Amino acid sequence: MEYVIDMRNIRKEFPGIVANDDITLQVKKGEIHALLGENGAGKSTLMNVLFGLYEPEQGEIFVKGNKVVNNDPNIANSLGIGMVHQHFMLVDKFTVTENIILGKEPTKGGKVDLQTAAKEVQALSDQYGLRVDPYAKIEDISVGMQQRVEILKTLYRGADILIFDEPTAVLTPQEIIELIQIMKKLVNEGKSIILITHKLKEIMEVCDRCTVIRRGRGVGTVEVSDSNPDSLAAMMVGREVNFKVEKIDADPKEAVLKIKDLVVHDSRKVPAVNGLNLTVHAGEIVGIAGVDGNGQSELLEAITGLHKVHEGSIHLRDKEITNKSPRSVTENGLSHIPQDRHKHGLVLDFSVGENMVLQTYYQKPYSKSGILNFKPIFDKAKKLIEEYDVRTPDAYTPARALSGGNQQKAIIAREVDRDPDFLIAAQPTRGLDVGAIEFIHSKLIEQRDNGKAVLLVSFELDEIINVSDRIAVMYEGKIVAIVNPKETTEQELGLLMAGGKRGTVHAE
Amino acid sequence: MQNNTNKMKFLVPLISVFLGLLIGGIIMLISGYPPIEAYAALFEGIFGGSYYMGETIRQMSPLILSGLAVAFAFRTGLFNIGVEGQLLVGWLAAVYVGIFVDAPAIIHIPLAILAAGVAGALWGSVPGILKARFKVHEVITTIMMNYIALYSTNEIIRNFMLAPGERTENVKESASLASPFLQELTDNSTLHYGIIVAIVAAVIMWFLLWRTTLGYELRAVGFNQHASQYAGINVSKNIVLSMAISGAFAGIAGSMEGLGTYQYMTINAGFTGVGFDGIAVALLGANSAIGVILGAALFGGLKIGALNMQAMAGVPTELVGIVIALIIFFVACSYLVHWLMNRVNRGGKI
Repeated sequence: MEYVIDMRNIRKEFPGIVANDDITLQVKKGEIHALLGENGAGKSTLMNVLFGLYEPEQGEIFVKGNKVVNNDPNIANSLGIGMVHQHFMLVDKFTVTENIILGKEPTKGGKVDLQTAAKEVQALSDQYGLRVDPYAKIEDISVGMQQRVEILKTLYRGADILIFDEPTAVLTPQEIIELIQIMKKLVNEGKSIILITHKLKEIMEVCDRCTVIRRGRGVGTVEVSDSNPDSLAAMMVGREVNFKVEKIDADPKEAVLKIKDLVVHDSRKVPAVNGLNLTVHAGEIVGIAGVDGNGQSELLEAITGLHKVHEGSIHLRDKEITNKSPRSVTENGLSHIPQDRHKHGLVLDFSVGENMVLQTYYQKPYSKSGILNFKPIFDKAKKLIEEYDVRTPDAYTPARALSGGNQQKAIIAREVDRDPDFLIAAQPTRGLDVGAIEFIHSKLIEQRDNGKAVLLVSFELDEIINVSDRIAVMYEGKIVAIVNPKETTEQELGLLMAGGKRGTVHAE
Repeated sequence: MQNNTNKMKFLVPLISVFLGLLIGGIIMLISGYPPIEAYAALFEGIFGGSYYMGETIRQMSPLILSGLAVAFAFRTGLFNIGVEGQLLVGWLAAVYVGIFVDAPAIIHIPLAILAAGVAGALWGSVPGILKARFKVHEVITTIMMNYIALYSTNEIIRNFMLAPGERTENVKESASLASPFLQELTDNSTLHYGIIVAIVAAVIMWFLLWRTTLGYELRAVGFNQHASQYAGINVSKNIVLSMAISGAFAGIAGSMEGLGTYQYMTINAGFTGVGFDGIAVALLGANSAIGVILGAALFGGLKIGALNMQAMAGVPTELVGIVIALIIFFVACSYLVHWLMNRVNRGGKI
């Protein structure tokens, strides 16, 4: 038997759409096989078919040479297939061991035998180099560790085919390196892996073969060693993709945002932003590089009025906006593409149209003396949907029904359209595919070229280096260095982000 | 998809009613009562004459209003279990104004209803303030406020407004919603003008939620507080406001009893139940204004019909209580109904 997983000519329809159309996915034993496709291309549907959650209209599935006929959701487990979900399914208050054995608890005399279980978990952890403490509580360990607990969960259940769903989306650069080592180790120990992703770099680094799907159709399977990021991206998107962000040199004008000696306490009353100074000029993009948790969120919340400022001042043009309400900051010319689009960016149960006026609903022409005026609201929404290519059936569809990339486009449409003096983009491309990333970067640069000031916060160093005109490195609540993206490297930034010093760096 | 969910919104309650009646019938059989006769009498007792229709409509008015109160809060992300208490303070306020104020009917009636609404709003805003300021969960506080309302209103009646028979005086005629015209029309039922108030309130609720910027804010806060705050909406203000408006509907439900059905307020030994029925009515009506009216019609009808069922078929009214409970049960686990429908659909295809 050649393939551990052999899905042939799978077709899955939903009312009105064909989610999978003639897709073939064949995974060899002991390989890392990438499943590549844009948001909404049908990757999740295909995996759900494999897991028996959906019954395909057409096609055959063989696992380790045996034809899978009976589609029931538990079949994947018994066949040795395990899924490491993108959104972890863990109980925060439970220990690592308790989480791993949940649903399959070993018992001794009617009681859960935690000790034996913990030993087993420890043994598995050692075998694959996961370095997980079986007794730690989930709420006390890092996101990277939590992911390893998810991996252990599948291993504990005897999985030898592991599916990783966008595993690096939530990880820091260091954790990504460690995960890649873990994946390699798993394969060396005889496991097979399917890696669902749209990050080409990771595929090039870790995968043996890659199956590409586009808009529900299988495009083909290639040897990674015979391909390159450009060819993979073209297969995925269906056209040539421009990775190098095209832009002319910045032409910075007057200062738009001025932050002086800013101190912001976090929820534990510890200064998260600690004496920060930063100026952003019209016509430039300033990128903030930093490891997550160095005060970036608190800084953005302080600027946007969501978080109290304890010391220092923030000026937008000539107006002081320190400790002003979010509405007053917005009315003074600030737009904000928030980091968490589901939590802050959209009211998911509102229609796309209603979301488009989230900050402006109380103004003319969208309402008059407290009565909403739907025609201008939806006219506006339709215009923005067209202009920003938001793929949605219509403006009346709930935002929840849109794919992540299109939700983000809707937010960007709304924020950019308000024509702000100052635009904050926090992780604007997180979890998006290359096509959408390209679009969003071009929009940010367009804003800059129109003379706006843009502040970009991102954990993706590529993005910071490619898009920014100046990079401000943030460490422990301060800007520790301002560097020119043309004269720096990821290594140097990484060093500065970790608190390292460099003689040639001038902090403004 | 959209069409499908809209269809389900109607189908789930309809099928639930059917299942409730079906299983209720089985329970009657087991208990030795004749289900067909019982349901015939029930039906007769709802539609069998203008008197019954009048009684049903009269029963609907407070149910619509308490259903609106629950539905309104729910649409804005709050669970108002305190409709009962808000209804009691509204009832008392309406009766107070009805007894102690002298005015022509055209002023007296609106004033008494307004007093009921304001009393309910104030009562409802207390849990709202506690939630907005101290993050106390509104389910706990609204339940507690029910008891405070029950015993406080009793105490006020006992000390300041007592008339013979453990109750207050009747409200003045100028404050009464009673209508000889409607009574005559419906064969001397107790139907009063309250139904007009209830339907106007339903229109107001719909308009407020879906056509005003206030409704936009309230719904936004209900769905996603974080995004609302980020967009510059004052979340705390909206929570308090939502509870106050919900309480106002509940208070006006109380005025239906005080100015319409009874013309006075009694010292209540326990809760009236109308406030809690409002939760079921809102659930049945999928929290929409029109749905609440239909849900109230069903509830009102079943309750009035039950009386005839007992009189004609000798089946105790408690069985209708069981049927109502079953209907709520099936609506609440609409998942079960969906599953059943899928089974039936699939069976139909094969």
